[in-house]
Amino acid sequence: MNQTEAFSQRIDKALHNEQARKNFRTTMSGLMSKRAEQFPDNEELQQIRDQARAIRSHSLTNLPDLLEKLERQLVKNGIQVHWAETAEQANEIIYQILKTAKAKSLVKGKSMVSEETEMNHYLEKRGIEVLESDLGEFIIQLAHEPPSHIVAPAIHKNRQEVAELFHKFFPELGYTEDIDKMTLMARQILREKFEKADAGISGVNFAVAETGTLCLVENEGNGRLSTTSPNIHIAITGIEKVVEKLSDIPPLLSILTRSATGQPVTTYFNMISRPRQSGEKDGPQAVHLVLLDNRRSRIRMDEELLDTLRCIRCGACINHCPVYVQLGGHAYGTVYPGPIGTVLEPQRMGLDKIGTLTSACSMCGACGEVCPVRIPLPKLINRLRAESVNAERSDAQIQGKGSLRKLTEMNGWKIWKIIYSNALFYKGFCWFATRFRFITPPGISAWTNYRTAPKPAARSLSELARQEGFEDE
Amino acid sequence: MSKSRENILNYLRKQRSSVSESPDVYLPVHNWSQQEKTSRFIECMQAVRSEVHQLKDGDWISWLNKELPERNLHNVLVGQNETGEKFCQQATSSLKVQQYEKHIELWKHELFQKIDVGITTTRGGIAETGSLILWPDNDEPRLMSLVPPVHIALLEAGHLYETFAQAIHEQNWSSQMPTNALLISGPSKTADIEQTLAYGIHGPKQLIVLILG
Repeated sequence: MNQTEAFSQRIDKALHNEQARKNFRTTMSGLMSKRAEQFPDNEELQQIRDQARAIRSHSLTNLPDLLEKLERQLVKNGIQVHWAETAEQANEIIYQILKTAKAKSLVKGKSMVSEETEMNHYLEKRGIEVLESDLGEFIIQLAHEPPSHIVAPAIHKNRQEVAELFHKFFPELGYTEDIDKMTLMARQILREKFEKADAGISGVNFAVAETGTLCLVENEGNGRLSTTSPNIHIAITGIEKVVEKLSDIPPLLSILTRSATGQPVTTYFNMISRPRQSGEKDGPQAVHLVLLDNRRSRIRMDEELLDTLRCIRCGACINHCPVYVQLGGHAYGTVYPGPIGTVLEPQRMGLDKIGTLTSACSMCGACGEVCPVRIPLPKLINRLRAESVNAERSDAQIQGKGSLRKLTEMNGWKIWKIIYSNALFYKGFCWFATRFRFITPPGISAWTNYRTAPKPAARSLSELARQEGFEDE
Repeated sequence: MSKSRENILNYLRKQRSSVSESPDVYLPVHNWSQQEKTSRFIECMQAVRSEVHQLKDGDWISWLNKELPERNLHNVLVGQNETGEKFCQQATSSLKVQQYEKHIELWKHELFQKIDVGITTTRGGIAETGSLILWPDNDEPRLMSLVPPVHIALLEAGHLYETFAQAIHEQNWSSQMPTNALLISGPSKTADIEQTLAYGIHGPKQLIVLILG
């Protein structure tokens, strides 16, 4: 099966899951209105978007220098820095750290980069117990499912489905569909793990080069527990997450939480600059940072596609996407769904693998309008469409360029070009199409699955105009 | 794996070597009075179900001595700083007050299982978002505000800043970042099931802020 057929099948499956679609519709409209309430002053919104964009662009322009500065500062602070070009390398680095420390169990705060590297799978295969501690991630780990949203990973499940899962795995705690009670159940189950885990893993929202600080944004406290209770903390992040200065953080934090969940700030903002110092009584004695490239350096090579890397993973583009709201995250078949996934994943995995995602866009522009760092998402999706059929030659370092180019489509457009650029041909074509309209086919493959077939009018517009007395100029 | 480091950096340097100027510091100003800052702080805190009380400077000990037994919070954890010492000495006899004096390895299970409430000081607050600023240290370690089911934080009214940016700027954070700096803006919460808000998932179920002065 090729990627387009596989995508169609996933779409079909998603569209027939009424329950999940209802969950997505309710959640997305809730998130959209909560975001809107956080930005009553449009002028302030545009100002802070400009600021956030400037900070992130500056980071990307100076990326190699800032990464070296970040490394110097972290090492000075006592944090060990590791570099990984690929997902495999990142996993191996983490495994070796754990093996050396004889760590057997791991609690995880939420990390999309570790989803990208499929870290859980890698470590579990080598005998390490990995436990997701973010409630949403915990739920989908029990269900053996990938996240369906980057901020709300278990949003495709409703309370009954969660209740059944909990009951299946923890029958001793009794059955309940009450969300407060289920939350307390999860607290009870995970407390013991936080107490006993040998190591904690987290992602990073921002890494500050100036001070060597890793910043984490969260509501639950599992991120703080994962990074404070076990004796080892390993953070993993993409190389693009660095910012230059500590003073860059307040505007980014503000626009991140307001865009993501419509909160003025999250419950916890956790800034880690050192492992436990002598005299301190808790906190991990070793802190590691794994910096992952995984093709980000390739994306950065192209002046236009570089904008992809400004992303601060708020998910606002996903919440506002009319395609995502119908399909949900799983239909995309990638780690990152929605508009940002449509732009990022084909660049990360190759257009020949997943370039077909770019077709799941109506070019409505909503994503670009809400993006807190002004990534021109529709423009980038269009660019990737062009790259996938080799419509224009570029130096972009994307795998599988031109892999979606089809001979029939190409010839169709060539003929169209000939007809539409020659007056005589065009007239002839119009005469033919209107006089022989009865022979137009009743079905045009996928187009007519949900629509009636278009039929040419009996007379062309220019003929009608002439009849009305307009003259050719 | 230092080969990876070279490869990544070399690749990043392959591109045009342009450099850009750092953007200006974003420092919005509200010009709030002390009263406005306090009201805004309280409003934001209460919106996320935190409990806030305004007390006269020395009244926090008698408040705790009255409230903690009433709320069945008997096992109390305080720091080894002046505040902790003071409460240790003046706590009512029905409370079992202990200071965080041992390394975590020596009493982790007890901390996770036995402590009802942790009481900490703060380095200040942020009015705009209703946030507490904590810089845990030797005397008030990191887990104090995280593991016990209830966290009580003492906040000096005079230490309220309008914004996070202002706090960073005026307290000159960038030259003295501690091991761990925190903003805490309410009790632990989640909306991961049906986007329905539920409190007390992993951190404290309850946050009580005592504003002093």
